[in-house]
Amino acid sequence: MERTPIGFLLVALGGFVGAVARYGVDVAAGDVTGLGTFTVNAVGSFALGVLVARATTTRTQLFVGTGALSSFTTYSTFVGDTVALGTAAGARYVAASYVVGFAAATVGLVAGRRL
Amino acid sequence: MTDPVLAAALVGVGGAVGAMARHAVGLRIAGRRSVVVVNTLGSLALGAVLSAPIGANAALFVAVGVCGAFTTFSSFAVETVSTAADGDTRVAAGFAAVNLALALGAFLLGTVAVGRIASVVAGLL
Repeated sequence: MERTPIGFLLVALGGFVGAVARYGVDVAAGDVTGLGTFTVNAVGSFALGVLVARATTTRTQLFVGTGALSSFTTYSTFVGDTVALGTAAGARYVAASYVVGFAAATVGLVAGRRL
Repeated sequence: MTDPVLAAALVGVGGAVGAMARHAVGLRIAGRRSVVVVNTLGSLALGAVLSAPIGANAALFVAVGVCGAFTTFSSFAVETVSTAADGDTRVAAGFAAVNLALALGAFLLGTVAVGRIASVVAGLL
């Protein structure tokens, strides 16, 4: 499934949905540098934690996990925002994103196992 | 100002391309390494794109869509905490640090490289 055209199609469709949703959050977050990216990364890390802890089908993992959630979150814009914030604020931004992102993923993994 | 529907379409199609490219990398490189590879390459590309003289629509497609979706924070976070939960806390910490160092370095490299190219091109014109 992963290597088939259907697998790539599921990833592409999920990627479309995830990227548009991320853009929507960015627009809603307004001009505060990093706020939108911080939000999507925290929410997406929680949701991916839930997903990988659940025994779902390969199709679901490809569409929701590899496609939507992995595209909803982003590392490149996270790095770009870090640089834009400068050394001191950038370091705080990285620390906050890491702490909250890891906590969200942990809570998601635990919640996913219990659901 | 880009029309909102066009903007969403550009970001979405770019996101589909970026997600498929990330999936292709994931099929060739296993586990944590693929996350480092996509995050580094995508950050290099974003640094270059943001420094290049491109229009708003191209930026939405490439920067927000392709680079944004090609790289991933959620897989990075889940890989990190799963590794730590398995007892490999040093590996997890190293992975988190290496991701940041390589992606940050790549982003700055992309920025500088395009700046150099732009000044060379400007000198030729």
